[in-house]
Amino acid sequence: MSTVLSIGADAVAYGMVLFVISIGLSVTMGLMKVVNLAHGAFAMIGGYVASYATQQLGLGFGIATLAAIIITALIAVPLERLLYRRIYGASELTQVLMTIGITFAIIGIANFLMGPTLKTIALPEQLQGPVDIGFRTIAAHKLFAVAVGIVVAGALWFLVERTPFGIRLRASVDDAAMAGALGVRTKIVYAVSFALAVGLAALGGVVGAQLLPIEPYYALRYMVTFLVVVSVGGAGSIPGALVACLLLGAVETTGRYLMPEFGEFFFYAAVIAIVCIFPNGLLGRAK
Amino acid sequence: MTDFPIKVSAGSVPGLWQRSARADLVAVIVIAAVAAALYFLFPSSLALLTRIVAIMLLVLSLDLVTGYAGVATLGHATVFGAGAYAAGIAAAHFGITDPVAMLAIGAVSGALAGAVSSLVILRGHGLSQLVLSIAVVQLAHELASKLSTWTGGSDGLSGIAPGPLFGLFRFDLWGRTAFWLAIALLIVVFIVLRIIVRSPFGMLCRGIRQDAVRVRAMGAPVYFTLVKMYAIAGAVAGLGGALSAISTKVVGLDSLTFDLSAEALVMLVLGGTGKLFGAMVGTLVFVWFEDRISAINPFHWLTIVGVLLVLVVLFAPKGLTGAAEALWRRWRKARP
Repeated sequence: MSTVLSIGADAVAYGMVLFVISIGLSVTMGLMKVVNLAHGAFAMIGGYVASYATQQLGLGFGIATLAAIIITALIAVPLERLLYRRIYGASELTQVLMTIGITFAIIGIANFLMGPTLKTIALPEQLQGPVDIGFRTIAAHKLFAVAVGIVVAGALWFLVERTPFGIRLRASVDDAAMAGALGVRTKIVYAVSFALAVGLAALGGVVGAQLLPIEPYYALRYMVTFLVVVSVGGAGSIPGALVACLLLGAVETTGRYLMPEFGEFFFYAAVIAIVCIFPNGLLGRAK
Repeated sequence: MTDFPIKVSAGSVPGLWQRSARADLVAVIVIAAVAAALYFLFPSSLALLTRIVAIMLLVLSLDLVTGYAGVATLGHATVFGAGAYAAGIAAAHFGITDPVAMLAIGAVSGALAGAVSSLVILRGHGLSQLVLSIAVVQLAHELASKLSTWTGGSDGLSGIAPGPLFGLFRFDLWGRTAFWLAIALLIVVFIVLRIIVRSPFGMLCRGIRQDAVRVRAMGAPVYFTLVKMYAIAGAVAGLGGALSAISTKVVGLDSLTFDLSAEALVMLVLGGTGKLFGAMVGTLVFVWFEDRISAINPFHWLTIVGVLLVLVVLFAPKGLTGAAEALWRRWRKARP
């Protein structure tokens, strides 16, 4: 029983880190219909900014996280205007190629600026060390990641479903021309949602840096994981992404605990099974 | 009255075949001439050139699936790795060291792997197809790394000692035999693929890429045709894998990765999809420059490829060969 709870706690922490990073990708893919493989690269930029701010400049963790989100979003907005806008509505293959190209370029530049070594983010005292949660102790930063995941899920649901901006966003997605005719400035809505998605990526990169360490190949190494999570959950669905992250986090963590020699085998076997049965993802809308 | 259309078709079909046969002959001469030129210009880079031909076979195979049949895949290294491991295991564990037999084993197992993986990949469309293809290659990678008694795991499969080709030509230290074997293989595959692409079957595949619903409405089997194309493509990539096993004498896990699959797609798009020459030109340019620039700094290479890829998608969606064709046509128009 204690093994089950212990695996469960780690699975939830890992799943929530995946969720914070992937939910931004789910927004770009589901609402803006762009397969953005460069999403992991933006998470990596966020991690680098936070690492630089805490280690080199000695800033606090909160300010560093905020700086990471804002700076990454500022980098992403011109990219959206110049590059992404041209591939809205293009075929998946075109989008994949363009965003792989952007990822490669960001990896090369990140290595040129920051070097090939692992970068760490200095945590505040409250997030270091273990916390007792009854049946076992768990690292405080993992609990923090779970809390951030829950807050992000709630806030995003509120933003998309309950605010005027969410209404404009959903209208632009369903029919951009009609929404434009009704006075919605679709270009600005797209740019803001893209910046939001990238900001979430940066937040995830910072919060998850203890589990997914920051280094130049980060963007390529976890690209597949994020893409898989979103398509299993159903692109654009917030509860879907949450379910997918918890499910796949549980599958991978259980696999690692019980049969460590089979590594990611179970993860991908589960992915094939789920995508074959639910081609639009667990909670995705049928096309 | 009735024999009029028959006469026309009877007159035009041999003409068409003659013309395409002539085009094929020119293409083969061009490949052989380029190969000979590279052989004399870069005698110390024959191992690299052989590797380029092996990857060309992978990219040609991807071109059949993606460029002609329109299946989006980011996991095509599965069939390449299947061929490489099958040929390597046959040589290292069963003592089948005849190079031609190894190539045949690679082709057959590549075709099998292609047919089996297509059953999974063809269940999805668009995004789910991409994700399924990634999951397939990752699963194959995990399997190969776990079955280490057969595959050598992460150390790679070694102990492959191919015998002399046709019992006559030994594989020498400079890779001359391997190079000419590779070129001969490339030319044979090229001719066969030209025939397949031009056949009614090839036309059917192109029709499926353009409009699968319409093809189905005409009564042609969409799913089975794509599985068949996947098996053919698998055989071609399997040949490439076997060739790399023969020429390098090791098979590593890197032949079964998402990275190799993504790179193959980049090479194909760089050269131009839906054209056999596009696949070959893209591979030659990509791997050659990769080798030269990576020697200086691998990260500079990544930056350059990234920028190049973005530029190709934005300004030359038909790739290098497409851009060259457009230039050639404009030049022809300018001087009548």
